[in-house]
Amino acid sequence: MNKQRSPLFHIVRRGALPWYATWGIRGGAVLLALLVCGVVTMLVTGEDPFKIYLAIFNGSFGTPRKIWVLLQNISMLLCISLAVTPAFRMRCWNLGGEGQALAGGLASAACMILLANKLPNWAVILCMIVTSLLAGAIWGGIPAFFKAKWNTNETLFTLMMNYVATQLVAYYCVVWESPKGSGQIGVINPNTQIGWFPTIGSYKYLLNVIIVAFVCVGMYLYLRYSKHGYEIAVVGESERTARYVGIKVDRVIIRTMLLSGALCGLTGLLLVGSTNHTLTPNIVEGRGFTAVMVSWLAKFNPIWMVLTSFLLVFLSRGAGEIATNFGLNQSYGDILTGIILFFIIGSEFFINYRIQFRREAGKEG
Amino acid sequence: MDNKIPAVTMRNITKRFGTKVVANDKVWLDIYRGEILALLGENGSGKTTLMNMLSGIYFPDEGEIAIDGKEVVIRSPKDAFDLGIGMIHQHFKLVDVLTAAENIVLGLPGKLDLKAASKKIREICQTYGFDVDPDQKIYDMSVSQKQTVEIVKVLYRGADILILDEPTAVLTPQETDKLFAVLRNMRNDGKAVVIITHKMHEVEDLSDRVAILRHGQFIGDMPTKSTNAQEMTNMMVGHAVTLNIERPEPKDPKPRVEVKGLTVRSIDGILKLDDVSFTAYSGEILGIAGISGCGQKELLESIAGLQPVEAGSICYVEDDGTREELIGKDPLSIQEMGVSLSFVPEDRLGMGLVGNMDLSDNMMLRSFRRGRSIFTDRKSPHKLAEDVVRDLEVSTPSVSTPVRRLSGGNVQKVLVGREIASAPTVLLTAYAVRGLDINSSYTIYDLINRQKADGVAVIYVGEDLDVLLELADRILVLCGGKVSGIVPGRGAKKRDVGMMMTKLGGNAHE
Repeated sequence: MNKQRSPLFHIVRRGALPWYATWGIRGGAVLLALLVCGVVTMLVTGEDPFKIYLAIFNGSFGTPRKIWVLLQNISMLLCISLAVTPAFRMRCWNLGGEGQALAGGLASAACMILLANKLPNWAVILCMIVTSLLAGAIWGGIPAFFKAKWNTNETLFTLMMNYVATQLVAYYCVVWESPKGSGQIGVINPNTQIGWFPTIGSYKYLLNVIIVAFVCVGMYLYLRYSKHGYEIAVVGESERTARYVGIKVDRVIIRTMLLSGALCGLTGLLLVGSTNHTLTPNIVEGRGFTAVMVSWLAKFNPIWMVLTSFLLVFLSRGAGEIATNFGLNQSYGDILTGIILFFIIGSEFFINYRIQFRREAGKEG
Repeated sequence: MDNKIPAVTMRNITKRFGTKVVANDKVWLDIYRGEILALLGENGSGKTTLMNMLSGIYFPDEGEIAIDGKEVVIRSPKDAFDLGIGMIHQHFKLVDVLTAAENIVLGLPGKLDLKAASKKIREICQTYGFDVDPDQKIYDMSVSQKQTVEIVKVLYRGADILILDEPTAVLTPQETDKLFAVLRNMRNDGKAVVIITHKMHEVEDLSDRVAILRHGQFIGDMPTKSTNAQEMTNMMVGHAVTLNIERPEPKDPKPRVEVKGLTVRSIDGILKLDDVSFTAYSGEILGIAGISGCGQKELLESIAGLQPVEAGSICYVEDDGTREELIGKDPLSIQEMGVSLSFVPEDRLGMGLVGNMDLSDNMMLRSFRRGRSIFTDRKSPHKLAEDVVRDLEVSTPSVSTPVRRLSGGNVQKVLVGREIASAPTVLLTAYAVRGLDINSSYTIYDLINRQKADGVAVIYVGEDLDVLLELADRILVLCGGKVSGIVPGRGAKKRDVGMMMTKLGGNAHE
């Protein structure tokens, strides 16, 4: 071949790689990302990169408390990620996890505040569970109904429902403010602890972890082995095929979004009832959006999502730790997280394609 | 011709996909000016891949390409255009809301001068005998007009080496004749034309030379005059095959599906079927002929319960004479009624199957609801998939391979295999052999004939009139959504049926 004129390299699609090779590539990308982060931090701060890595590690595993915070953050992120996943599997881009969780949180806070003196504790908790799941389901169901009936765009619709939920919560924060004039709800029922979820032993976050673990396994089984899960997959791949075999597409869309919303509502319930015992407009902390990344990176597989949510939480805790230890602000942590995500997402390219260089092209024959 | 320098010389061209698939293996090919070359081969033999490398879509892993004896490197479609190579793909790449002229100049450098462009387009049309209105919008055009725009587009850009990938798959016999006349004009004008096709009579009719690929390897080339369909087929397949379609007499035909006054409108309110009436009998193949878009799709989808119907009735008749109305029922309720109706739709991967799912998950599409459990039964679909792979000789790495990775013929075998597995009493097929090579096509004809022998009422929508005339017991001809006539398959003349497709009633004496 004319060596002068043939391109330096061209991109070739790979056949299917064995699973260990794909995860090898992903693991390599994480290592490479950490290396680049270390170098960048060293150049900027002049610190020893190993100290920096240690700080990242310590951010998550430094003390037992930090480990618990890590677990708590993973379970909340995982819960909302699991919630949006059935919709994603159906190619219905539910970006309203934030709003659906807030709706659930609002419902449980309302129960805690309004029913505290009227019902026994167990009944309040029961009401919280029912209403928060329902509230999340409604928040997810409205866009689904419009999508199913009039084919509206669920991405924009769910996104806008987030703002409605945020404003609604902000409004009730003023209505239920305590103490008066603070504009905040503050801890609800601090003395009676009515509506507070029980703690298992002395581990404040253990209940959350257990509940989310159950949701995770359940979601895996639901998506992979149930008839509903199969319908979701078929609708996601091709609505025409679904109609062809007699699946009622509208019904599947609405049903799946109700489930998705209800599980987001569960996240809100756990945040209010089990973790914070209060409600603020930013109580979900953007997890509804981070969930999109968790779900995508794991290829919508609930079990892999444990890993990806761990990775994202670990990185952000580590980034925060570097920021404080080395006198940088939180934005620097975000820069590092950005670098790492860049590598992880970029590695997908090398899983699907390989680059063939000019010399190699001749050699392979 | 022998002393001429070839317009294109391809030497030792190899292209791999992944590590296992070798699409082209050291292929040699010469393309001459003033000649129509037919490139033949079964599905997956690497014809399209080879041509895609010529038109800059793929880059060869090995080998040399020379244009007019000068070695070149084609890195992109733009490089190919600069060398005068133009390819017309099976799937048109046109912008619907733009006019023909706008589509043709789209992406060209320089100032946008639609008037000058229209003038040049008219000149091209006149030279070769095209019939295109430069100011017509694409969405207003028939399939054949769209194809013409594609051809004019590459000519406008100065292509003198033209590659057409299965251009006749979507055309009526009349349109095909028109296209062939144009291609002959181009040949006489000194252009090099390559046509990929599966239809033997077209090869014999049109081409000057044939080149044959098998399993990615170059088998040979020869002047068309010195060969025949049987020899070419044997070379393609690698062993001798028989080219006859059987047509046993229907055994004990009974009315199975009675359609009366069926009228269907599309969502846009366009009349798609107008007062269509006919009866399909058990043990019989009813062929449906018609120009594409004449209501065939709507007809089958109405029977299958996928198409809202404006008026008329579709009755399923049982052996004992019990009649049940199918209109207003969706596929699920038809199934629940106990009517075993199978449908092989035109769009295999977009409707009949799920491309990203594996064979056994695709088998499950029809059966996943079975049983009370909330979980699906995975064992019987898995077994069905294995049976289909074995019985229909589907070539696949395993039953857990996504069906989109299979070649066209194998995809169709999977779909047909699933549809006949439920022991249907009515089998609807739309373009069952479109894009399939000879060998796979005959497998499908054979499967359909076996269903007929089992007493199934088969409704077969076909595009290849030659096949329809050999296979069907009766042929219903649609023209603009109306029944143009129903003729017996035995003894029907291709020309008459062709006329009925374009004009109500045609010249046929019904």
